[in-house]
Amino acid sequence: MARDDNYDGPILEIENLSISFMTRLFEIPAVMDFSCTVMPGEAMGLVGESGCGKSTVALAVMMDLGKNGHVVGGSMRFKGRELTTMSNEELRELRGSEIAMIYQEPMASLNPAMKIGRQLMEVPMIHEGKSKEEAYQMALEVVSDVKLPDPARILDSYPHQISGGQQQRIVIAMALMSKPSLLILDEPTTALDVTVEAGIVDLVKGLGEKYGTSMLFISHNLGLVLDTCDRLCVMYSGEAVETGSIEDVFDKMRHPYTQALFRSIPLPGADKNARPLVAIPGNFPLPHERPNGCNFGPRCDYFEEGRCDAGDIKMGPIEGDQRHDSRCLKFTEIDWAEPIQASQDVEDVVLGEVVLKVDDLKKYYSVSGSAFGGGEGKTVKANETLSFEARESETLAIVGESGCGKSTLAKVLMGLETASDGSVVLNGVDVEDVAIEDRTVETVSQVQMVFQNPFDTLNPSMSVGNQIIRALEIFKIGNSHADREKRMLELLDLVKLPRTFATRMPRQLSGGQKQRVGIARAFAGDAQIVVADEPVSALDVSVQAAVTDLLMEIQRETKMTLLFISHDLSIVRYLSDRVMVMYLGHVVEMGPTEKVFAPPYHPYTEALLSAVPIADTSIEKQRIVLEGDIPSAMNPPSGCPFQTRCRWKTDVPGVLCDKEVPPMRTLSNGHQIKCHLAQDVLDRMEPVIKVSEDA
Amino acid sequence: MGMFILKRLGVMALTALGLTLIVFYMTNLYPNLEKLAKTQGNFRMSETEVSTWLNNRGYTRPLLVKYGEWLGVLPGYVIEGTDGEVRARCAPQGQSVEDAPEYCGVFQGGWGYSSVFKEPASDIMWKRLSLTGFLMLCALLLTIPVALLIGILAGMREGSKTDRTLSTFSIVTSATPEYVSGVVLIAIFASSAVGLKWFKGSATKAMESPDFENFTLPVLTIALFSIGYIARMTRASMTEVMTAQYIRTARLKGVSFGNIVLKHALRNALIAPFTVIILQIPYLLTGVVITETLFNYKGFGWLLVQAAGNNDIDMLLGVSVVSVIIVLATQLISDIGYVYLNPRIRIS
Amino acid sequence: MDPLSWGEIIVRILYQFLPVWISMFVVFTASITFKRKLGLYGRIFDSTVGMIGFALVTFWVFTAFYASAFDLIATHDPLVQASGMKNKVPGTPLRDAAEGAYAFYLLGGDNLARDVFSRMVHGSAIVLSIAPLATLFGYVVGVTLGLPAGYFGGRLDTILSFLANLILAFPVILLFYLLVTPEIIATGIPMYMAAVFFIFPLVFITVLLNSRYKVLPHIRTPLLAVVLTIGIWIYFSTISESGRGTFVDFWPNALDLFNIPGGVLVVFISVVFVNSPTIFRIIRGLTMDVKSRDYVAAAQTRGETPWYIMLWEILPNVRGPLIVDFCLRIGYATILLGTLGFFGLGLPPESPDWGSTINDGRKLLSVYLHPALTPAFSLLSLVLGLNLLADGLREESLKD
Repeated sequence: MARDDNYDGPILEIENLSISFMTRLFEIPAVMDFSCTVMPGEAMGLVGESGCGKSTVALAVMMDLGKNGHVVGGSMRFKGRELTTMSNEELRELRGSEIAMIYQEPMASLNPAMKIGRQLMEVPMIHEGKSKEEAYQMALEVVSDVKLPDPARILDSYPHQISGGQQQRIVIAMALMSKPSLLILDEPTTALDVTVEAGIVDLVKGLGEKYGTSMLFISHNLGLVLDTCDRLCVMYSGEAVETGSIEDVFDKMRHPYTQALFRSIPLPGADKNARPLVAIPGNFPLPHERPNGCNFGPRCDYFEEGRCDAGDIKMGPIEGDQRHDSRCLKFTEIDWAEPIQASQDVEDVVLGEVVLKVDDLKKYYSVSGSAFGGGEGKTVKANETLSFEARESETLAIVGESGCGKSTLAKVLMGLETASDGSVVLNGVDVEDVAIEDRTVETVSQVQMVFQNPFDTLNPSMSVGNQIIRALEIFKIGNSHADREKRMLELLDLVKLPRTFATRMPRQLSGGQKQRVGIARAFAGDAQIVVADEPVSALDVSVQAAVTDLLMEIQRETKMTLLFISHDLSIVRYLSDRVMVMYLGHVVEMGPTEKVFAPPYHPYTEALLSAVPIADTSIEKQRIVLEGDIPSAMNPPSGCPFQTRCRWKTDVPGVLCDKEVPPMRTLSNGHQIKCHLAQDVLDRMEPVIKVSEDA
Repeated sequence: MGMFILKRLGVMALTALGLTLIVFYMTNLYPNLEKLAKTQGNFRMSETEVSTWLNNRGYTRPLLVKYGEWLGVLPGYVIEGTDGEVRARCAPQGQSVEDAPEYCGVFQGGWGYSSVFKEPASDIMWKRLSLTGFLMLCALLLTIPVALLIGILAGMREGSKTDRTLSTFSIVTSATPEYVSGVVLIAIFASSAVGLKWFKGSATKAMESPDFENFTLPVLTIALFSIGYIARMTRASMTEVMTAQYIRTARLKGVSFGNIVLKHALRNALIAPFTVIILQIPYLLTGVVITETLFNYKGFGWLLVQAAGNNDIDMLLGVSVVSVIIVLATQLISDIGYVYLNPRIRIS
Repeated sequence: MDPLSWGEIIVRILYQFLPVWISMFVVFTASITFKRKLGLYGRIFDSTVGMIGFALVTFWVFTAFYASAFDLIATHDPLVQASGMKNKVPGTPLRDAAEGAYAFYLLGGDNLARDVFSRMVHGSAIVLSIAPLATLFGYVVGVTLGLPAGYFGGRLDTILSFLANLILAFPVILLFYLLVTPEIIATGIPMYMAAVFFIFPLVFITVLLNSRYKVLPHIRTPLLAVVLTIGIWIYFSTISESGRGTFVDFWPNALDLFNIPGGVLVVFISVVFVNSPTIFRIIRGLTMDVKSRDYVAAAQTRGETPWYIMLWEILPNVRGPLIVDFCLRIGYATILLGTLGFFGLGLPPESPDWGSTINDGRKLLSVYLHPALTPAFSLLSLVLGLNLLADGLREESLKD
C-alpha cells in the first residue's frame, strides 16, 4: 500500500479502547475505555503514574502487546484505517515507516552487535526499497539533523561506543528515518541526566515542527509535557481521567486526580513550612483490586458514597472548553478555585550547632585500564577539595548529575570509603580515615543513609520487622527482644506505617512503603545525620510528596541533619535550607537556597535550573541548552571542570578557564561560587525562571 | 590484546605445572609404585624385592628431583643397581648408558617410556591422539550445526509447538550420559538378538578403515549428549535475546520475522553458546573415554584407561599434559572468541 | 511354571511398586491442595514439566527409601545368585523357588544369575544416598569459599579462582582414575581429603550462627556450644575409622557413631571434589552480582560484619538460581557416579549401583539386552526427572 501523504483527517483516533492481559489465573484489565484523538502536527501528552496503563496504550498503537495482551474492546484508527484488524503484513508496513517509536532505555533499544549505520539504513531499505548508498546518505543526513558531531564516524560505531545522550539521539534519528506521520515517545528522557534531557527535549520539539510529525508523548513528568505538548491526557489506573489542551488542563483542571497531582509536585511557589505539598492519601490500586465506580474514589477528597462508587463513570465534556473532557461525576459541583486547605502552620526550624564539618576532602580512586588488564592505571578524582559544614536541624542539598561525585561523598561520610586527604569531623570526632568496621557503634548509628531505589533497599528475604529489629540489635538498643520489638513498632509509627506491616515481606509493599521502612531502619539508632541519596527520585510524584513530608516531619521531631542528595532542583528548592552544587567532583556553588536559586549563578547552576522542567504555565524560562555530554571523570577537562560546556567562557579573558581551576570565592553572606567570571559579568546575569507578568 | 594472551599463556603454564605435579605426586605414591614394580617384575615379589627394584630404577628418590628430571631441568639419573646393572633415565632399555644424553625431560622433547607398551610415550600418544582427533572431529561436525539449529528454532518462538518438541528432545539427550546412550544405541541398532542390525556394535575396525557401518554409533554416542546440552544453552540465549528491547525496536521498525532472527538476534544469541561449545570440547574428552571403552576403539581415551589402570607413569603424565593443554587452549580460544564476537568488550 | 508374558510382567512390576504409588499419590494430593501456601515448592505444581520431573524424582526417592529401609519392592536379594537363572529373559520362573520366595525374575537374570529387577531397585538406594549428599557437601564447600571470593575480590579471589580452575582443568576421568583406586585408598589420601572437606559444614554453621548472634552474646554462646559439640562429634565419627589405622586414631571407639566403607568414602569425596569448583564459580558470580545492591550497602552502613552480609544478606537472595542448579547438579553427580561404576572404580564389583550394572551388562549386550538396559533406563529417568524439575523450577521462579 502506498502511503497517503495527502491525508488530512486525524492521524490517530482511539475510541473506547480496552486492553487486558491474560494470565493463567485471571484476566488483568490494563486499559479501560480509553479514547483520544491526535491531529496532524499535534503533540499529545500521556501522563500518569507508573502502572496507569500509558505505556500499554503506546504498545497497543503499535499492535505489539505481546503474547498475553489483547485488545478486548474499542477501536484504533490510524489515518482512518482500523489498526486492530490489520494483518501482520500490513502492520509491518506501517511500523517504522508511518508510526515510529522511541523508548526509555536507549542502550537497550539499540542492537549491541550491529553498527549504528546499519541499524539506521535498515529502515529506508525495508520500507522504501532504497539501495545501500541511498540509505547511507539518508542516514548521514538524519544523524546531522539530530545534531550529532561527526556523523560518518558515529555511523561506523557500535552503540556502546557513544554516550547515553548520543544513543538516544540515534534512536530518535532511527525513528525519523522514514519521516513517520506519528511518533510515539515512551519516557524518552527518564534514563538521562537533566541537562542532557533538556537537549533531547529541544531536539524533539524542533524536529516535530520541521517534519510536521504528530507525537504521542508518554511521561510521568508534567513539566516535560508542558514543554513539549499541545494537548494532554491524564491517566489513572487504566483510565483516562482528564483530557484537553495544555492550558485547559494545567490552569482549569476539572478532575480531582489532576488537581491532587499538581498539588503534590513542588512548584516554585511551594515551601516546606508555609505552603507544604499535599500528598495523595492511600495507594494506587492494583489492577485486580480496583474499586467500583470511580477508580480514584477511595483517595478523593470529594468522594461521595453511593454516587461515586455506584457504577461506571463516562468521560464528559466540559462546557465552554474545546475538546476538554473529565471522568468525574461532580466536576460541575466542585469549587475548583478553593485554595489549598491551610495545614497547620509550622514554624521555621532553628538551626543548631555544627554537627558535621568537612574540610578540603579529597577522594581519588585508581582504576586499571582496559578489560584485558593491560594499560596504565588511571586516577579518578571523584572528590576534589570539598569543604562544607552542616548544622543540627539543617537540610543541606547536594545537587549534581551523574559522575559529579555526590555518591562518593556519601560513601566517605558513611565510612564505606576512606578519604584520600582532608578531614571529616562528626560531632567533634575525626572520621575521615576511619572505615566503618573501625567506627564505634555510636558513630555508626549517628550517621545513617536512605537509599535511592526502593526496590533494592530492603533485603527481599527478611520480614520488615526483622530488618528493623536487626538494625536495633546491631546498634545495641534495647535489653531484650521484647524491648526491641516495642521500639520497632514505634519506628513503624514514626514513618506512619501500620504496625501489622512488621510481619510483611518487602515484596508485599509498594515502593513508597518500602522507602518508609528504609527511613525507619535508618532511624533505629536515633541517627543525627541522615544522608538521603535521591530518596524519592524513583517514586511516583504523589508518593514523592508523602515521603518528602515524612522526612521533614521527622527532622522537626528529631532535629536531625539531612544531607539530601538529588538532581531534582524543584524538590531541592522546596525542602533545603542550603544547597551545594557539584560538577565532576568539584563544589561549584554553595549557599542558602534562595541565593543559589537567584542570580548571580554559577554557569552550571544556571544551566541546571533552566533544564529542570516545571509544570506551571505561568513560569517563563530562559532556555539554556548545554552542548555535549558530561565529561568522564576518568578524563576530566583541564582547568575549570565546566569549561567544555560553559556558555559564559568567552566572557573570561584569555585562556584562564582552560588552564586554572577557579578558586572558591564568596559573593555574599555564605554564598560561594567557583568561577573565573568577573563580578560585573555576574551582576549582568538574569534570573532563569520568571513568573510571567500576565499570570 | 597481546598482553592479555601473554598473561593467559602464563597462567596456562602455571596451571600445567601445577597439574603435572599433582599427577606426578599421585602416581609416585608408594602403593602405586609397588603396583608398578609388581606388574613390571612379577606379582610374587616380596617387599624387599619390590624396594630393590624401585631403588635400582630411581623411583625412591625425592619427588621434586624426579619431577625435575621429568621436566628436564635436572639431569637424568644414572644408577648402578644392586644387581650390578647400570641404568640411566635417559637410556631406555637396549640403549647404552654412555650414549644417553644428560637431560631427557619434557623440555628436551622427551616424554619418557611407556612401561606397558614398551615404546616411547610420545609415539603412542600421537598415534592414539590422531585416532581420537578424527572421532572428535566427526562428532563436532555433527554436534555443532545440529545443536545450534535446534536451539535457534526452539528459542525463536518460546512456547510454540516446535519449541516444546525440540526442547523435549534436547532435555532427554542432555540427561543421557554416553554410557547410557551407547548401550541404548547398540541395543537398538546393533544387537544381534532383536536390534535393527544396521550398524556394528564395535568400532575396532574403524581404526583402520572407518565407514558408515562401524563409525556411526560411536560418533552418535559422543554427539548426542553434547547436542542436547548445547541446544539447551542456545535456546536459553535465543529466548533471552528475543525478548530484548532491541528486538522489539527491530520489530517496530517493520523488520520481518525472518530478518529479525537472522540479522538481529542470531549474532547476539550465539555469543553465550560459543563459549559453551568451545568449553564442551574438554568435556568431550570424558565422553570419548567412555565411548572408546564401550566400542573398543583404541584411541586416546582407551590409552588413558590403559595407562591409569597399570600406573604407567610416563604415559599417564603425557596423557595429562595433553589433556590439560586441550582444556587450557580451549579456554583461551573461548575467551578470545568471546571478545571477538562481543563488540561491547572488544573496544573498551 | 510358565514364563510370564510381557503383560503379566508389567502388571507384577507395577504391583511391586505399590507402596511407591501410594506415597506419591499422598504427596501429590497434599501438595496440589496446598500449593498456594508452599512457596516455590508449591509452584512446581503449576508447571507440567516441573510436575513430571518431580514425579520421576519422587518415584526413585520412595523406591530407594522403601527398598533400603523396609526391604519392600525388591523381589530378591540383589547379591544372591539363583541356579539356572544366568542371563534368563524377563519373566522367567525360578527353577525351584523356596517356600515364600518370589517365584520369578521379573526383569530376568544377569550374567551371574542375579535378579536384574532387584538390583535395579537396590541400585537406586545407593545412588540416592550418595548423589544428593555429595552435592550438598559440594555446595557447602563452594558457598564457604565462593562467598568471600566474590565479596572481597582481590588477591583472595585470584588465588581461590586459580585453584578452582586448576581442578576444573583436570579431565574428570583422569582425576577419577588417579584418585579412586585401591592403591590411593591404601595411602589414606581420601581420608585427608575427607578431613578437609568435612570440616567445611562445621565452619559454615559456626560462622552462620556466630555472625547472626554476635551482637546477642547471651544467645550466641550457649547456641554455639551445643552446635559445636554435636558438630565436632559427628565430624570425628566420620573421619575416624576404628581399627583402620587412619591418622585420626585418638577418637575413642565408644564415641564413634558410624564408619563409612573406604570405597564409598572415596567415591563420595571425589564427587564432592569434582563438583565444588563449579559451585564455587557460580556462587562467586552471584555474589559479585548481588553485592552492589542497596540492601548490602545498607547493611554495610550499619556496621554489619562481612560474614553477616555474605550469609544473611546475600546468600538468601541468590537461593533461586542455586536451588535450580542444585537439582541439575544432583543429576550430574548421578552421572558421575555412573561413570565411576562404568569404569569399575570405587564401589565393590558386586555392588548393584546402576553404573556398575551397566558395565556388567554391556559385555554381553549384543546378545542379552535386559541386564544393561534396565539400569540404563533407570539412570536416564532419574537424571531426566532432575533436569525437568530444575527446568520447571527455573520457569516458575522467573515468573513475577
